[in-house]
Amino acid sequence: MDSHPALVVNDLTKVYGKDKAVAVNKVSFTVDRGELFGLIGPDGAGKTSIFRMLTTLLLPDGGSASVDGHDIVKDYRLIRNTAGYMPGKFSLYTDLTVEENLNFFATVFNTTIEENYHLIKDIYIQLERFKDRRAGKLSGGMKQKLALCCALIHKPTVLFLDEPTTGVDPVSRKEFWEMLKRLKDQNITILVSTPYMDEATLCDRIALIQQGSLLSIDTPENIVKSYPDTLYAIRASKISSLLKVLSTNEAVASAYAFGEYVHVTFKHEGPHEKDILAFLHEQGLEDIEIKPTEPTIEDCFIKLLKK
Amino acid sequence: MKQLLVFIKKEFAHVLRDRKTLLILFGMPVVQILIFGFALTNEVKNSKILIVDNAKDIVSQRLITQLEASRYFEIEKAAWNHDQIEEGFKAGTIKLAIVFPANFQNELLHQNSVQVQILADASDPNNATTLINYASSVIQDYQSQVNQTATVPYRIIPEMRMLYNPQLKGAHNFVPGVMALVLMLVCVMMTAVSIVKEKETGTMEILLVSPFKPILVILAKAVPYLLLSLINVVSILLLSVFLLDLPIHGSILLLFAESTLFIITCLTLGIFISVKTDSQQTAMLISLMGMLLPTILFSGFMFPIENMPLPLQIISNIVPSKWFYIIVKSIMIKGLGIAAIWKETLILVGITSFLLVISLKSFKIRLS
Amino acid sequence: MSETVIHAENLTKRFGDFVAANALTLEVYKGEIFGFLGANGAGKTTAMRMFCGLSIPTSGKATIAGYDVYRQTELIKKNIGYMSQKFSLYEDLTVLENIRFFGGIYGLSNAQLKSKSDELITQLGLQHEAKKLVSGLPLGWKQKLSFSVAVLHQPKIVFLDEPTGGVDPVTRRQFWDLIYDAADKGVTIFVTTHYMDEAEYCNRISIMVDGKIEALDSPGNLKKHFQVDSMHEVFYQLARGAKRGE
Repeated sequence: MDSHPALVVNDLTKVYGKDKAVAVNKVSFTVDRGELFGLIGPDGAGKTSIFRMLTTLLLPDGGSASVDGHDIVKDYRLIRNTAGYMPGKFSLYTDLTVEENLNFFATVFNTTIEENYHLIKDIYIQLERFKDRRAGKLSGGMKQKLALCCALIHKPTVLFLDEPTTGVDPVSRKEFWEMLKRLKDQNITILVSTPYMDEATLCDRIALIQQGSLLSIDTPENIVKSYPDTLYAIRASKISSLLKVLSTNEAVASAYAFGEYVHVTFKHEGPHEKDILAFLHEQGLEDIEIKPTEPTIEDCFIKLLKK
Repeated sequence: MKQLLVFIKKEFAHVLRDRKTLLILFGMPVVQILIFGFALTNEVKNSKILIVDNAKDIVSQRLITQLEASRYFEIEKAAWNHDQIEEGFKAGTIKLAIVFPANFQNELLHQNSVQVQILADASDPNNATTLINYASSVIQDYQSQVNQTATVPYRIIPEMRMLYNPQLKGAHNFVPGVMALVLMLVCVMMTAVSIVKEKETGTMEILLVSPFKPILVILAKAVPYLLLSLINVVSILLLSVFLLDLPIHGSILLLFAESTLFIITCLTLGIFISVKTDSQQTAMLISLMGMLLPTILFSGFMFPIENMPLPLQIISNIVPSKWFYIIVKSIMIKGLGIAAIWKETLILVGITSFLLVISLKSFKIRLS
Repeated sequence: MSETVIHAENLTKRFGDFVAANALTLEVYKGEIFGFLGANGAGKTTAMRMFCGLSIPTSGKATIAGYDVYRQTELIKKNIGYMSQKFSLYEDLTVLENIRFFGGIYGLSNAQLKSKSDELITQLGLQHEAKKLVSGLPLGWKQKLSFSVAVLHQPKIVFLDEPTGGVDPVTRRQFWDLIYDAADKGVTIFVTTHYMDEAEYCNRISIMVDGKIEALDSPGNLKKHFQVDSMHEVFYQLARGAKRGE
């Protein structure tokens, strides 16, 4: 096996339209073989543009990138032979059956279902009883599984999954990530993008992206570790009042709702528990709880956005 | 090669599973033939005809009696002059006028030959021809009756005049026109829409990222519509031969070869539209406005091109349907061979190659 | 107990043999933030459509803002606001034109339109963007603007269908600030979401599984009942058994 990484991205840039709106701004990262790499960021951050450049669908306006050592501009044919791609929008033929879709994509990629059945077996088994159903009649979760099968059927070396879990309910999302873990064990490199911050921890490494620029690249653990402030979780009977009251406190640097808690940082090092408790009581809040807490990727993302 | 076959199979599945497409594909030619056919061929029984008998002799009287006996005609007799006859046509009170000359019997008996004038309102060409044919066959019948006893053959020569539309444009000519129209619609719109649909749903992205050559995508899209269009040609011809009694005078093989050429022209047009548009609606709109309208306006099957202003006549030359229409008319109705239409064929080949080159050149191997 | 604005009793919608929404019974109160959760295909959209007066139920009873879902759908539409992720605003109109258009649809007078749109633009801090096309705004702003437009005519209830999908974490929270504000003013919020942390922000939530409402309570009570720490786990326990996700 040769030594180069699965993906090398160097100052990749994409601009659109007459007014030269920068969609991707000098993005650089590398992904090692067999790695599950996540591109985490909201809609419009440039994730899809990066995917389209790496899958040779778009030409970059600056920088370079290679997939499996093949240049995305010069060697686009080679990449098209080996890459697997699942676009964000559901992209199967809704009027063909499950089996016909799979068969079609297998043939288009010069292979057969039998040849690589071992790769998709785990996923396809769940679909098998619907194999004569038209893809358009499948539920969201099942469509997504079929799309993944179709992207995998030619045993790609690198798998590009552009927002595979957007609009999918939490149960199906969880199942999907379990499937990705199993694929990783088959030594397939996976680049996945998602707007859901909680999915970041499921990746080996992640890049946080906003407005075309990468904010940070590291393992989820390291990103969380590098969070500079002490974070407190505060709870009270009414979140909306709690948020309002906290925003009036001089010592508070930031306060964001996280589920039933509000995550708070302070301008100066603490301890702050006593002061804030007194303050909140004074403001008429009830059932107050305050405790230091571990930051999540979402906390880190917010922190990085603020910079 | 196997890839291409699988792709073509998929295209057939798309068409055959979509009832709306199927209906358009196979219902439209039938409906159009029926509409055009029956709108133009009226019932000719009991048509009002005017007889102007300037002779009032025995021979003319006998002939008029025979005409009266025919169930096709409802006879009205009057001593109208030419202007009055024309007014009758304009008012629509008469469909046909037969004018006997003053010395009808004398001329027939002494010169053995006489002319009778038959005037018809050819603004409804089908009807006019039918009526003229009926009238002249009655006259023929009478002539042969007379000749059975005569030593020297007498000849009554009907002098026919079509008013308002002397070249009989429109009569049966709509079949070639409908053929051009249907092929245009099926090939241009359907191919354009089916390619753009793949762009819209995002499947084009996957196809582009596969080793499948983009050029094969085009080919695979074109093949099913070529075959389906040929089926349409067959059904139109069958309908026109068996339902409308319009025989094919020329070579059927040549007709199919020319149709295939025109289908390919349309397919390349469809591909060109699909390359330039991103939504199914736009593709549909362009196909309808940009292709159907010129076919109806400029092919000559609805409106005679020679009556158009010069600039429009020039524009009509770039409309492929015009050339196809001329070709089909020549083969089907006039029974002419390739020698008569090689020029039109060559023009079509030229247009097709031009379109093919620019649509292949502008086909993108990436997203724009 | 405060005023009931949504009242549904055994509300059912069938499509042939398929029971998309099965005997839904729920009450939502004035000023409440009600989270309407469920797996894909559980029947949320069908239920939302019935509540909005867009689809007539097969059986059962329901009143929305006091109006009957069978007979008074036009009155329902006048008294609710609706915002979905898919359709929000006209991209080729300016911010101001959008506000005026949607206000006009709901019959606001010219004077009202003027004062309302000025107020809204100031509130959202869009003074510089007011005359710009919506297509040029960042996604988060569009979402905020379309929410504000949905409550412009002061509806009793506003239905939000996955309003924060794909929005960045900061904007998502700013969006919830708008929701809290509206709720404080007495507008009832009926919201669907796939973010489980957002479920925690609701006063009460219901979880639909296979066309039925399987759970309905405050997030705290639900967690207690299922003996878990997060709404994510509550959801997972309920929706895992779904048969329909196929």
